[in-house]
Formats: sequence, C-alpha cells, structure tokens
Amino acid sequence: MKRTAILLAAGALSLSVFAGCSAKPVANAPEGGESADTIKIGLNYELSGDVATYGQASVAGIELAAKEINDAGGVNGKQIELVKYDNKSDTAEATTLATKLMAQDKVVAVIGPATSGGMKAQIQVAEKNQVPIVSGSSTADDLTVTNGKVNEYVFRTCFNDSFQGTSAANYSSEKLGAKTAVIIKDNSNDYSKGLAASFDAQFKANGGTIVGEEAYAKGERNFNSILTKIKGQSFDVIYLPGYYEEAGPAIKQARELGITAPILGADGYDSPKLAEAAGAGLTDVYFTNHYSSADTDPKVVEFIKTFKDANGEEPSAFNALGYDTMKFVADAVSRASELTGPAVKDAMAATKDFAGVTGTFSVDPETHNPVKSIVFIGYKDGKIAVTEKA
Amino acid sequence: MEQLAQQLINGLSLGSIYALIALGYTMVYGIIQLINFAHGEIYMVGAYVGYACMTFLGLGFFESLLIAMVACSVLGVVIERVAYKPLRNSTRIAALITAIGVSLLIQYTMMALVGADVRTYPALPDYLSASFNIGGVIISAQSILIIGTSVLLMVALQFIVHRTRLGKAMRAVSMDADAARLMGVNVDTTISFTFMLGSALAGAAGVLVGVYYNSINPLMGVLPGLKAFVAAVFGGIGIIPGALIGGFFIGTAETLVSGYLSSLFKDAVVFAILILVLIFRPAGLLGKNVREKV
Repeated sequence: MKRTAILLAAGALSLSVFAGCSAKPVANAPEGGESADTIKIGLNYELSGDVATYGQASVAGIELAAKEINDAGGVNGKQIELVKYDNKSDTAEATTLATKLMAQDKVVAVIGPATSGGMKAQIQVAEKNQVPIVSGSSTADDLTVTNGKVNEYVFRTCFNDSFQGTSAANYSSEKLGAKTAVIIKDNSNDYSKGLAASFDAQFKANGGTIVGEEAYAKGERNFNSILTKIKGQSFDVIYLPGYYEEAGPAIKQARELGITAPILGADGYDSPKLAEAAGAGLTDVYFTNHYSSADTDPKVVEFIKTFKDANGEEPSAFNALGYDTMKFVADAVSRASELTGPAVKDAMAATKDFAGVTGTFSVDPETHNPVKSIVFIGYKDGKIAVTEKA
Repeated sequence: MEQLAQQLINGLSLGSIYALIALGYTMVYGIIQLINFAHGEIYMVGAYVGYACMTFLGLGFFESLLIAMVACSVLGVVIERVAYKPLRNSTRIAALITAIGVSLLIQYTMMALVGADVRTYPALPDYLSASFNIGGVIISAQSILIIGTSVLLMVALQFIVHRTRLGKAMRAVSMDADAARLMGVNVDTTISFTFMLGSALAGAAGVLVGVYYNSINPLMGVLPGLKAFVAAVFGGIGIIPGALIGGFFIGTAETLVSGYLSSLFKDAVVFAILILVLIFRPAGLLGKNVREKV
C-alpha cells in the first residue's frame, strides 16, 4: 500500500512535469496518493464536546502558523495542506480518525488531540502506520515514555505533568510559604491524578504535609460537600489540578463557603470560562502555564499582534502551543531526508534549539519531552495580577 | 457539629432540586403510568432558557425563572401531544422506548443548536450573591433562594392538586381514567395539564441549578434526571409527597456520603438505595402494595 502510494506520487510528479508543457498545470495527484506539491498534515482535534475550547484554540494557532508558512513559500517549496477532523472529545473517535488520517489521507504527521487521553488512544495507530503524532498540550508523563521505553512516534511541544506538579509544589513552599496543603483531584482523568501525585511527592520533599486528599469525578458541579469537609481542617494551600469546567464551580463554591486559602492549579485552568464560572471568587488563584500573553519577548509580541489581527482576541496558551506545534512539525519536515513518516520522526527527535513563542526548546531524544520553562499566572478579583517565569 | 449543619444545608439545596424534578416524574407516572425519561432534558432546556433570558435579554432572575417555566410547560405539552398521545393505547414498553428516544432527541438537538460547550450564567445581583455566617455555618443567598423557591412551588402544586377543579380532575384520572371520562372529565386536557405542571417545575429547577452552580451544558439533565427518578421511586412513584421526601432524602444522602466517606461513592450509594428500596419496599416509602387484579 505504502509502495503504491509512493509510485502514484512519483507518477503524479512526472505527470505534472509533462503538464508543464501544456497550458493547464495539473495540481493534484491521482486519487489515493500523496499530492505532489503539498505536504499533508492531519489535525485530529476536539472541535466539539467537553474540551472543545482546547481543541478549537489549538487549531486556531495551527491554522495561523500554517498560513504564515504557506505565505512565506511553504516548506521546501511545497505548500502545507491541513486535513482537519473533529474527534468530539471522544478517545474512541480519536483512534478512528487517526487511522483514517494515516491510512486514507496519507498524512506525514498528525497534530493533536489536545488532551493526553486522546493522544494515548493514537499511539498504537501511529506506531503501526509509522506516522509521527505531535501534541501541543498533552502533558501526561507516560505519553511519550511507556514502561521506561520511549514511544518512537510520539512527540509533544509542552512540558509534562510531573514538571507542572513539581513546579506548583515548589511555588507553594517557596513563594507562598505553605507548610500544609489539601489536594482535590479529578479521579476520572490521568492528567489530574498525575499532577496530584507529583505535587504530593515534591511538597513532601520540601518538608510540607498533605493534610487531606479529596476526589471528584468528571462533570461534577457540586463541590459543597467536599469543601465543607476540608473547611474543618487547617491548611495553607489547596492544590486543585483539573479542567476549568470543574475548577470554575469548585473555586466559586470554595470562596462562598469562606475558604480563603490560595488555590493552585495547572494549565487546564487556561480558558476565559474559568473566570466566568468562578466569578468574583477568582482571587488568590494561581496556575502553571506554558506561556503568558504579558511576555515582552519580541517574538511573543509579534505573535500576539498577528494573532490578534487574524482572530480579534489575545492568544491563549493553547493558541500559542498550537502555533508552535505547527512550526515545529514544519521545521522537522524541512529537515527530513524524505517525505515519509519515519524520516519526519527522526527529524523531530533531532530538534535542537527550536525557537517558539512558548520558549526555546530542544527535544530530549531519550524521552521526547521538550526542555523548557514554566509560567505562573495568578488571579486577583477575577483578573490576572501575577505572571512569573520559573 | 458545625460541619454537619453545613452539610445538611448543602444537602437540602441539592435535595430541593431533585424534589422539583422528581415531582414531574411522579405526576406523569401517577396519571398515565409512563416513566417520562425526557423529563431530565426538560430541566436542561429550562436552564438554557433561563440563561438566554439573563444573558441576551438582560432580564432579572425572577422574570427568567417565569419565562423558563412557561417555555418548559409548552415543551412538555408538545412532547406529550406529539410523542406520547398517539401511543396511549399501545404497550407500556413502546411508550417507554419513545420516552428514551425523545430524551436523546432533545439532548442532541440542543447540542446542535447551542453547541456542546459549557456556558456560564451572568453575574448575579448582590442580593443573590450574598452569604450569611450563622455561628460558623455559611448560608448563601442562593441556597436560601433554591430552597425557598422549591418550597413555594411545592406548596403551589399542593394547592393546585387539592383545591382546584383541574387538580380534582388530575386525581380522578390517575385513579381511573375510564371512569373519569364517564363522569365528564376531559382526560386528554388533564393529561396535558399534568405534563405542563411537571415540566414547569423541571424548568424552574433548571434555572435554579444554573444560578447555583453557574455552569450548564446540553447533557446536564442526564444524571439529575436519573437521580430524581430514584427519588420518585424511593418515595413511592405516583405519590406527590413521596417525591418530596425522596428528593430531600437522596440529596442529603448524597451530600453526607461525599462529606463523610468519599465523593466518588455518592452515585453508587444513590443507586444502591434504589436497589434496596426495590427489594424491600417495591412500592416505595409511602406506597401501598396493591394486589394486581386478575
């Protein structure tokens, strides 16, 4: 099948050479083959469903980057063609779409999904079809490394959970002077559990004590009972790693119950919906993030300006990560020895000092994790008041 | 002690929502022996109507509540006329499956119309976002609002059912539809009226939840709908005071389980209660075991 595709592509190439003599150029390759003059990149994103905000934001960044690349002449003279599908925030759907993108659309790389669950659902498919998959926002530790072995075809352009959890624990101990903490985690997703575990380990290593651990399940809106339960204990901070959908109501209810301790979270908070749901309760809330729109780096300032012109709003971290991920893929494709999955994968693993808007990073060939910095964003009265890079 | 008091208040707020939804289940069951699985979706639509009123029309809480109740009663009657009335003389399983179909239809129609994204209610006026500290127990204006509105609506319902002609007709139809028809009761109108009342209450519950949790989505009706059904069965399905007791009991049980055990068990406990009730008191807490006539 693969060979036929290459043959067809070669055929298409020669056809277009002949076509050059006639008046009308032949733009597309025969059906089922790789186009001769475009590079197909698959997008497998959550465009609807629970975490649609993440998927849509990532895609906005990716599309902006692809447009910039194409306007500048493409990659090695070829235009990038995005093949975009909606996995409806469903992991089973993500697997199906990955197969479709790789086997039917013959993409050289797949970007997305935004969440770790969706990415994990693609690993098998990627290894089987030998097509690299890249996520800009999947932070699960075991995504790129499973059982001590690196997943060859899996990449990401964001830091991983243990780094986020550890940084949040250090921030609590050092900046907020916390000695005791309560963890409230979403027991139905790996992301939240992973963050909670790494926070727990680092906070204890810093000499702190975890005085309580509570759990909720996805879709929960009523946190009053667990908050009332922890209210009776004394603690300095609450670590609430989760998504904005649940974190918003949880923060609102905590403040209404008179819990004033700082609440820390992770990049799942990054959505304007957090402030809408938490309302005036969004004070003394901090979260670890990939990027801040308050950054003064000229590259970031330029990106913010172009993004605003194109989309009419300030880019979020997901926009920035999507943008970086597209550029990262294009960079690897431009360095790849040929336009095949394995060659692109090798080029990705060899990425050095890639300068993105979320920081300059190199890919660690052992773990496929990028080595980069983290940003803390703090809210006061529903508005961003603190941004610190660590 | 303080904590227990706080948990009870949390439980009562949650319980009054379940009770409002359970009333709709129980009334409809009482009158046509149909478990209206689309009821949870009416509650969801109510939440969206309230959201639209507050966000796009800039209306206040009480106006939005009223509009949502009216919109939901219309929806309830339409569902009854279109989906259930043609099946009135067919098997009960046919009507039940239709109810599940209607439920899915409404869920996904809403998803197509408004998108799957979570939406948040606009900020509330000060008198609704205040909270009172009574000896360490915090009572928010919203809990008072939820419990107060629910109790008020339940009192109104009792009045309608027991003191009005239509209420009398409802009771008559639920006892024996054929005999009621012979006595000159318009059975179809009465059934539609029952759907209207139940749906209005569900719509009110939707708006209250929207205000309380500040977060709504097209699938929000599924679990509360099921739990309200459990509440109705717990109290004895078809019996109005039973739905009240069931609702408050389930809400409190759920809160106490997450407060003193783990919030991950609470749904399991609710459904375990359902199983126990079905084993030991199949007719529910207030229900009487009626022997089937042969």
